Amino acid sequence: MGSLLLASPPHLLSMTVTSESPLQRKLSLREKDARVAWLLVAPSLLVILGVTLWPILYTFILSFFVAPTGINQARTFVGFGNYLEMLADPAFWETIQRTVYFTVASVSLELILGLAVAQLIHSRPWGWKFLRFSLIIPWAVPTIVNGAMWRWIYSADFGALNAILFQLGLIKHYVPWLALSSSAMNLVILADIWHTMPFVALILQAALANLPEELNEAAAVDGANAFQRFWHIRLPLLRPAILVALIVRTVEAFRVFDIVYIITSGGPASKTMTISYLTYLYSFSYGKQGTGAALSFLISIFTIAMAILYIRFLYRPEETQS
Amino acid sequence: MRTQNKITSLALAFLFLAAALGCAPQEAAAGPVTIHILTMDQAGLKPAEIDQIARDFESQNPDIKVVMEYLGYDFIHDKITTGMAAKPPAYDAAIIDVIWPDEFIKAGYLLDVTDRVTAEMREGIFPASWNGVTRNGKIYGMPWLMDVKYFMYNKDMLQQAGFSEPPKTWEELVEQAKAIKEQGIAEYPVTWSWNQKEGVVCDYAVLLFGNGGKFVDENGKPAFNDEKGVEVLTWMKQTVDDGLTNPSAVSSDEMAVEADFLAGKSVFAVNWLFQYSDSNDPSKSQIVGQVAFAPMPVFKAGADAGIKGSSVDGSSSFAVMATTPYPDQTWKFLTYLSSNDVQMKYSAEMLPIWTADFEGANLEKLKAANPTNPVTVPAFLEQFPYANERPTVPYYNEASAALQLAIQEALTGVKTPQQALDDAAAKWVELAGK
Repeated sequence: MGSLLLASPPHLLSMTVTSESPLQRKLSLREKDARVAWLLVAPSLLVILGVTLWPILYTFILSFFVAPTGINQARTFVGFGNYLEMLADPAFWETIQRTVYFTVASVSLELILGLAVAQLIHSRPWGWKFLRFSLIIPWAVPTIVNGAMWRWIYSADFGALNAILFQLGLIKHYVPWLALSSSAMNLVILADIWHTMPFVALILQAALANLPEELNEAAAVDGANAFQRFWHIRLPLLRPAILVALIVRTVEAFRVFDIVYIITSGGPASKTMTISYLTYLYSFSYGKQGTGAALSFLISIFTIAMAILYIRFLYRPEETQS
Repeated sequence: MRTQNKITSLALAFLFLAAALGCAPQEAAAGPVTIHILTMDQAGLKPAEIDQIARDFESQNPDIKVVMEYLGYDFIHDKITTGMAAKPPAYDAAIIDVIWPDEFIKAGYLLDVTDRVTAEMREGIFPASWNGVTRNGKIYGMPWLMDVKYFMYNKDMLQQAGFSEPPKTWEELVEQAKAIKEQGIAEYPVTWSWNQKEGVVCDYAVLLFGNGGKFVDENGKPAFNDEKGVEVLTWMKQTVDDGLTNPSAVSSDEMAVEADFLAGKSVFAVNWLFQYSDSNDPSKSQIVGQVAFAPMPVFKAGADAGIKGSSVDGSSSFAVMATTPYPDQTWKFLTYLSSNDVQMKYSAEMLPIWTADFEGANLEKLKAANPTNPVTVPAFLEQFPYANERPTVPYYNEASAALQLAIQEALTGVKTPQQALDDAAAKWVELAGK
């Protein structure tokens, strides 16, 4: 709206200002602007309704039907049948467990590493600008490219990981990392951390830059050491930024799909099968759109529940306002 | 000024709305028709070759423009499914694997082309190819690629290990592989595509049929969990445990098998035909001229029971999508793709589907058409008669996924082979009952 105000000819603004009382003038201008604003956003709103709300509603309806893919396929109403079938399937709960493991491991490590990197940049060491710039690179790489790159790094016969470990004498034989149920998931997590930790670091670094230095300096004068200052002053002040990073990353991590699809396709023995990948399989490979839709909604319920938990335990409105 | 502003806003809003509702001017009806074809960048011809065929077709048919789209095999099924959700469909024709017709016919995706198939095509193309696209007497596609899994080995490495002949049975292969490993010629002498995808089911099929086993019995009930099926999976696991099969096979697709074999890391590799021509391409292969075909081994028990060979059918055809606005133009292109002249010209990586090419004078012509043909043509004639089919059911993908998981669970030691296969068989029964 700022640009619209700027675009209005100045004499027009002054005309309105002289004819009415200060408060009314301000309001009526706003109202008029609001009307134009609504008019301008109306098309976009319609588009959003069309491409977001309608598909969500349609998916919700679909989740109550047995709906095979295909042209003019008969759909059978089954009520909560698709949901109950999934909830009763042990494979579903194993997949949820695995997805929770992925989410907790990747988000917590991203947060710890992100905070450390943010703190490092904030302390302005030599070359910090280059460090901040280079952080953007892994984040800017598309996930699919990132996945393909890490699949090659992990390759049993030609991968860089094996070559490095072998040359360092840490392994005697090349290890088929992605074929081992013990390592496959952790390596997918590592690839995800490399890709998204910079996002967390950049958010936290921006927040650090805005913190008042006075408190920190006062504490230093009072004899608090660096760790105490970080733990008792910086960390609490960073809480709103951490909350944002946590919510965004948790929701994203819980819905992880592309990196798994490219690196392991869910293998070995489904040990890297996450809930979004399972949803994809049901919807497109198995042609069971009703089940896929029900799974999508179950994912939504899980992510909303997690967001609520975070806000309930971490969100302090008074801190955000300050 | 204010009014003018409002008018501008309104006009802007209208423009946005028009764009949002897709009121862009319709494409002019005149001019060449563009058809979109989805195909595979893996087995069969390379994209550059198919592009060349499309350009040749365009020059003969100026009213048709062909846009090819290439994907790895594993992505094609889902791309067809999503592409068919659009009207008109994203693709006018797509490559169809031999395991998909039942599902796609049920979904109403494939155009019935029975009346378009000429007598010349019907009689000239291998009956096995037609079987792949025919259901209840109706034809749903144009045969394109006949492929089976081949047994290839590295002559030089085998000779170095002191063997003059490739193995005839899988038991013999184990003996040879042990000797090769002991002599340090290859750390892992055998490589397979045993990742959690269709590749592992193909390799399992090769072994299963070679042991006298089968996927389903006469009543359509799963039979792969019987004694013969369990023996096969136990054998697979044993070769991994003994370090004969490359342990990375559990995460390898056919491309990874090729990479491993062409780098000279393994002596034996089971793969589709494309691996052979690539093995003689110096830009891809470190073992140029060292690769030979042998008939796919079978298990000793299978051989004793009279089984002479085993492989799995991996043929593909092109199908016209049922909802395409251009069925005639699309069919015309598909028949050109599969025409004898084109297939003969590009026979280096894909042998023709026309029976006449394998007889008499034509056979000599075929062998002379490409430098690799004198090797691949006899290999094909020897292996193709033993191409076994995977089950033809509309729920194949989900059934196959259950079997893929079972094999991987056994290979990674999560379950015993018997338990894993029993669980998969139970899933098949459940799917058949739905």
